[in-house]
Amino acid sequence: MPDKIDGQSIIGRGNAEGGRLFREWFATLTGAAERGEPTAYVFVMGSIAEILRAFDMHLVFPEINSLQTAVRRVAHEYLNTAEDYGYSPDICGYVKADVGVQLRGGAHPMGKIPKPSLAILTNACNTYLKWGEIWERMYQPRVFALDTPGSRSARTQNWDARNPDFEHDRQYVEYQLRELITVCEEITSKKFDIDRLRETMHYTNQMTAAYERLLEVNKAIPAPYNALNEGTIYLGVANALRGTAEGAKYFQDLVEEMEYKAAHQIGTLPQEKYRLTFVGVPCYPIFRRFYELFSEWGGTFVNSTYLNFASGGTDWGFQYDLHRPLESLAEGTLMGLRHAMDAMFFQNQWLVDSIEPYHIDGIVYHPIKSCRTVSTGLADNRRAVMEAHDVATLFIESDMMDKRVVSEAQMKNRIDAFFEGLATRRLHAQATA
Amino acid sequence: MAYAAGVDVGSTQTKAIVIDEHGKIVGRSLIDTGSNVVTAAEKSFLAALEAGGIAESEVGYIVGTGYGRYKVTFGDTQITEISCHARGATHMFPGTRTVLDMGGQDTKAIRVQPNGEVVDFCMNDKCAAGTGRFLQAAAVALEIPLPELGLTALRAEKAVPISTTCTVFAESEVLSWLGKGKKIEDILLGVHKSIGTRSMALLRRVGIEPEVTFTGGVTKNQGMVAVMNEMLGLKMNVSEESHMMGALGAALFALDRIKGSREPVAVKEGAR
Repeated sequence: MPDKIDGQSIIGRGNAEGGRLFREWFATLTGAAERGEPTAYVFVMGSIAEILRAFDMHLVFPEINSLQTAVRRVAHEYLNTAEDYGYSPDICGYVKADVGVQLRGGAHPMGKIPKPSLAILTNACNTYLKWGEIWERMYQPRVFALDTPGSRSARTQNWDARNPDFEHDRQYVEYQLRELITVCEEITSKKFDIDRLRETMHYTNQMTAAYERLLEVNKAIPAPYNALNEGTIYLGVANALRGTAEGAKYFQDLVEEMEYKAAHQIGTLPQEKYRLTFVGVPCYPIFRRFYELFSEWGGTFVNSTYLNFASGGTDWGFQYDLHRPLESLAEGTLMGLRHAMDAMFFQNQWLVDSIEPYHIDGIVYHPIKSCRTVSTGLADNRRAVMEAHDVATLFIESDMMDKRVVSEAQMKNRIDAFFEGLATRRLHAQATA
Repeated sequence: MAYAAGVDVGSTQTKAIVIDEHGKIVGRSLIDTGSNVVTAAEKSFLAALEAGGIAESEVGYIVGTGYGRYKVTFGDTQITEISCHARGATHMFPGTRTVLDMGGQDTKAIRVQPNGEVVDFCMNDKCAAGTGRFLQAAAVALEIPLPELGLTALRAEKAVPISTTCTVFAESEVLSWLGKGKKIEDILLGVHKSIGTRSMALLRRVGIEPEVTFTGGVTKNQGMVAVMNEMLGLKMNVSEESHMMGALGAALFALDRIKGSREPVAVKEGAR
């Protein structure tokens, strides 16, 4: 009932709370580092947070740590540390910033990062596996590589549990999860409690339902949030606090805020002129300026592929069956990873399908130099989208970490020209209407 | 009668054009940009006025374009050179569907609709390889005046392959070929072909659709025109004003504003 809510008290709550939760999370990690508490290094695609939280393990997301160094404008210091150590400028910037953090004894702008007791790698990204080997050589943690059988089907996958092939794959993942539980018992000296697992899965269910609604609510005009900058805050919380009561409540509150804003036509700009989709990973080294290059023209990102593939499958709304937690966790993990991969590699149909419901004026492709996984294929993707739908697109290349390959002046030129084209397109459309 | 003006502040040269209400060019100027971009824009504009015998007060609207467009402090608005080159090219050659703009440090491929709308564009990535700067580096290395570069290349018998993609390294590659006894003409043709190959890649990315119009400062280089024509397998539109196309497009947009009959590009308020 949006009208019963005191709007002024909740507008901006999501951003403020997101920041607070993040600071608290890093403070907790700093405490864990000082006390030497069991910590798992995990990735956004396939964190298996539900099991780890059931053992009260701390979760470190090196990808988030790395992007935080860029947002806080110190990524180059960490990249230089890794390059001085011998890493090439062409290696994944997230990996190098993390290596820099490790070589500096865990010192990070947000606090101190604990060393890993356990590293969980998934095959959602090849680099994850090599990254894990770096920690293995540095700290000799237990390393758990979750192998999920791939099935890439352009988001048309059949999740039917009665399908024997799917059931075999699910069982394969479940078997590995049972192995992980044993590993966690050894590391934490705690006995596995399936009710604790149910509890963490329950919170993930709540978060997932709210997250799905959050993506939906931005169909409103004007869009109540910007999927690029505010969306990144939401993604951070979705990953860092997955499987927790705080995380679930954050997203429920966020939906309340956004539904209120949608109901009262409150957007993110004084005037929302152009509604955009963002494809790829943001340009974190100049994150605010990058956002401004679009917002100055009245451009708002109403959705993004990033909110899909970097959410660890949260976006597609799978609800765990708490009556059979391990079986269902295996099912959700398998589907979530496959969905994340589809969200990364088969974006074009989703992009086309989103144009009308989200009232999209243009699509911005942002391939990044140091992540081939998310960038390879975007040129082809763009062509496919343009063939399927008469929509304006922009293709700009920079990086998510390395400001040496970010040329703001050249980027601005391209973005300005894109908006000039959008304006011309709109005027011509009005003239012929 | 109000005149309209466009000032194109490029990395190497600054161009200004003044047009009358019919779109006819009545004044033009071209000067080296130098280190003071604001001054270059002013000087160029005033020189174009003087050439046309027009008083500043008679100019109703001024559009700044080029990389230094925000330094056209006396301008009424700014529009990117991408839109301006497309506009100028489709005005001068109405059959234009693809524009290749080769400037001092930018090369752009632009695909346009018959109404002048930019459909797609692609530019050289964060370095000056494949642009006029590449030719300048070769001119310096070979000690040949820039205006003679193209004609010298056209006297070549067999192009020497220039493989580097870096403007800085190109100079040493050119010198190494000289050291191996290669003829200057052949080396220069290799340089032109190297730029042509990179330009073709940009053009293919936006899709090559005839007619192709060549714009920017490098249009003055006959060797480059010949190399591009050969690679494209067609004859590009080139005119005496091709190097002024950005300024012309800017002036045409300015004229739109004066007439108020067409508002093809939004004014971005307060953005710098």
